[in-house]
Amino acid sequence: MSKQITFTIDGETCKAEEGTYILDAARKNNKYIPTLCNLEGIPPKGACRMCTVKINGKLVTSCTTRVTDGMQIESEDPGLDDLRKSILEMLFVEGNHLCPSCEKSGSCELQALAYRYRMTVPRYPFFFPRRNIDSTHPKIIKDHNRCILCKRCIRAIKDQNGKSIFAFLNRGHHTKIYVDPDLADKLTDELADRAVEICPVGAIMKRGDGFKDPIGERKYDKQPIGSELEQQL
Amino acid sequence: MEQQLASILDKYQHNPLRLMDILIDIQESAGYISEEAVGYIAPELNISRADVEQTRSFYHFFSKKPTGKYSIFLNTSVTAYMMRRNAVARTFEQEAGIPFNSVTRDGLIGLFDTSCIGMSDQEPAAIINGKIFPNLTPFRVKELIRDIRAGKSMEELVVEGYGDGENSNEDIRAVVNNNIRKIGPVLDPRYKPGEVIWDILPKLTPEQVIEEVKNSNIRGRGGAGFPTGMKWELCRKAKADEKYIICNADEGEPGTFKDRVILTERPKLLLEGMVIAAYATGATRGILYVRHEYKYLKTYLENLIQGAHERNLMGNDIAGIKGFNFDVRIQFGAGSYVCGEESALIESAEGKRGEPRDKPPFPVESGYLGKPTVVNNVETFCSAVKVLLNGGEWYRSFGTEDSTGTKVLSISGDCRYPGIYEVEWGFSVNDICEMAGAEDIQGVQVGGPSGSLVGPGDFDRTLCFADLSTGGSLIMFNYSRDLLQDVVLNFTNFFIEESCGSCSTCRIMPVLLRDKLKKILDARGVKKDMDDILAWAEVLKASRCGLGQTASNPIISSIRNFKHLYEQKIRRGTEYDTGFDLNMAMQDGMAATGRFPVTQS
Ligand SMILES: Cc1cc2nc3c(=O)[nH]c(=O)nc-3n(C[C@H](O)[C@H](O)[C@H](O)COP(=O)(O)O)c2cc1C
Ligand code: SF4
Ligand code: SF4
Repeated sequence: MSKQITFTIDGETCKAEEGTYILDAARKNNKYIPTLCNLEGIPPKGACRMCTVKINGKLVTSCTTRVTDGMQIESEDPGLDDLRKSILEMLFVEGNHLCPSCEKSGSCELQALAYRYRMTVPRYPFFFPRRNIDSTHPKIIKDHNRCILCKRCIRAIKDQNGKSIFAFLNRGHHTKIYVDPDLADKLTDELADRAVEICPVGAIMKRGDGFKDPIGERKYDKQPIGSELEQQL
Repeated sequence: MEQQLASILDKYQHNPLRLMDILIDIQESAGYISEEAVGYIAPELNISRADVEQTRSFYHFFSKKPTGKYSIFLNTSVTAYMMRRNAVARTFEQEAGIPFNSVTRDGLIGLFDTSCIGMSDQEPAAIINGKIFPNLTPFRVKELIRDIRAGKSMEELVVEGYGDGENSNEDIRAVVNNNIRKIGPVLDPRYKPGEVIWDILPKLTPEQVIEEVKNSNIRGRGGAGFPTGMKWELCRKAKADEKYIICNADEGEPGTFKDRVILTERPKLLLEGMVIAAYATGATRGILYVRHEYKYLKTYLENLIQGAHERNLMGNDIAGIKGFNFDVRIQFGAGSYVCGEESALIESAEGKRGEPRDKPPFPVESGYLGKPTVVNNVETFCSAVKVLLNGGEWYRSFGTEDSTGTKVLSISGDCRYPGIYEVEWGFSVNDICEMAGAEDIQGVQVGGPSGSLVGPGDFDRTLCFADLSTGGSLIMFNYSRDLLQDVVLNFTNFFIEESCGSCSTCRIMPVLLRDKLKKILDARGVKKDMDDILAWAEVLKASRCGLGQTASNPIISSIRNFKHLYEQKIRRGTEYDTGFDLNMAMQDGMAATGRFPVTQS
């Protein structure tokens, strides 16, 4: 076992193993740092920037930065809260997020975080982009309107030979998720379920499968995001 | 087709790490990269179609559809527009009979836009099938299209004669000009190639080389200004079986073209610098990453590397030093500014999308293929050779306390003598304007779009890391220019096009800021729009790399330094607007019903 170190988050002393990413270390200490792209067990990629914290006045993403002994981390101050709220608002205006008609409503992390940060209406104008719904694959439906380009599917879903099924296509604001048609044809039910589960929003849906849990009884209908950690305190 | 693809794959040993080279070769031989080609090479490289597609779709010069037998890429940089790009573009469209971003029906001519191609002192410039055609005029465009239609070869299209210096070398034969107007240690023509490797390296330990570089206080010339000696030392101390030296010749910052001139006139100095860095750090392999726009230098550079091998300046036991082995390969980009960011460059050299990595770890710990890697700018390597030749102390006699040595500047825009100037650090903006013959200057863009736009009130500020830090791009604007429309909007669009799209902040915010700016330029803006811009742009600081972090610099620095230009455009007496105009929204309905609101007169 590696060395135990001590650090602080917003002034509170925490402990973790040396080399742990700040986000994971915080979680172990029942401290919630919001994220949309991080997923336990897969390599981090600071894509959504939601987990940004301040160390010595510098902004860093807590999912990709490792804790060191004596590190002083600021995670909750008005500036950072507004930064996170801004990011959520940007994601809402970038795509077409019509929660009332979305299958993921109630278990969507974007929606849950918007509640947490008390977002009412975004301060930015909506882009209303024209995006399509790709239903050419036998097991999944890819709704580009809802995709927040977090890259979870790219990093977490590989076929049995370790090959990528999902990938980024284009760049900048033209970026979208590409679904490999050959590999999507061979997608197993198990992997398709996993893809639906890890997608933080409703951008990957299972074909012929919907509304298993009634609205009102879904994960974040019952408890706000982050509260599972914060209740432990 | 399959035969051609098979031979390309063989050339790169079916190695997925060489996907960039494979796609470049396919694009060049077929004119595009078809679905079928992607489907063919993916299994041959043992990767998925998705893996090929993500790289293919990232780069500007890779195309999914045919780009024409003659593909014409006309530069969209600020300086191109200043030199009447609009007239040139219009003539291209008229003569070819198609709008930009399309191909003639017979497949002969394709017209496309492209970001700054490193020819700011000879604009407007276009790349046609890899060849550069600078100083374009409507007259010249008519000639070009006529000759293309007449079936002339690429060689025959050239009527202007080849450029100065090595541009006329038979391995280059480019119409490009160097326009070197002031020389210093880096550009000094008295340079004797290989002198340092033969006469000095054998007498020094790697630690002593690093000591001398540290003693010179030289800082990186790529923009960030990291101390070079320290970078080399960190790499030296990193433990690994293999280390890499990478030269960053991506030169994507609009307005910069000095690396092109160094690659043309002092390439041996650059290669010598890479060899010295290899000796200092213990690296055995090197990569010279060159932007796609400079592909016309390929044969020339390859032959020089070959020559270095023949003269024992590369290869095994270099200069007779037992066990000192080092070899360099060239990696071309394919049209992406962010690939100039060192970790994106490494990803690209590994055949992937040019998405910057999360840092730490920095390349000196984990770079190319996860091995310790030094990435330095072209000019940094060149300067290091002179440091070893004449000593760190000599080097420190140039420049200022915190910025030692010289800087090769790329000067363009409204001045009589645009071109390359090697000056000591510490020149003021005024000095630079006088030197380049620039009068009546309204503003100077220092350091390209990611730098800042400064006005006359700041012209006594000096170029150095402590004040106006710059990678060397200086663009002058006189009072005839509309800074907001022609400069700020152009630069903002540049960042929008070049973002890798990985960070939410950098992917979305520049678009929001651009729309705000357009609103102000359309005379629909109010004071609150300016306040919003300043407040909203803050989120960009949370972006992963310098591109996102500086993407609002054109807008923010112009609001700071040219506030009056904004104030002239915004609506007076209106503090706030809803962004909604009832009359406008109702117009269709009113027209359909023939009923109009009663207006009081
Ligand atoms: C968006 C972006 C583009 C960059 N483009 C270049 C470039 O074209 N050439 C370059 O030398 N450095 C460029 N850099 C800086 C490199 O990341 C890196 O700092 C530099 O190559 C290190 O070399 P140096 O220490 O010799 O300056 C860029 C950085 C960013 C963030
Ligand atoms: S499909 Fe879902 S998991 Fe994949 S990038 Fe989009 S939002 Fe993320
Ligand atoms: S800041 Fe922009 S260019 Fe840089 S990594 Fe993020 S999205 Fe890519």
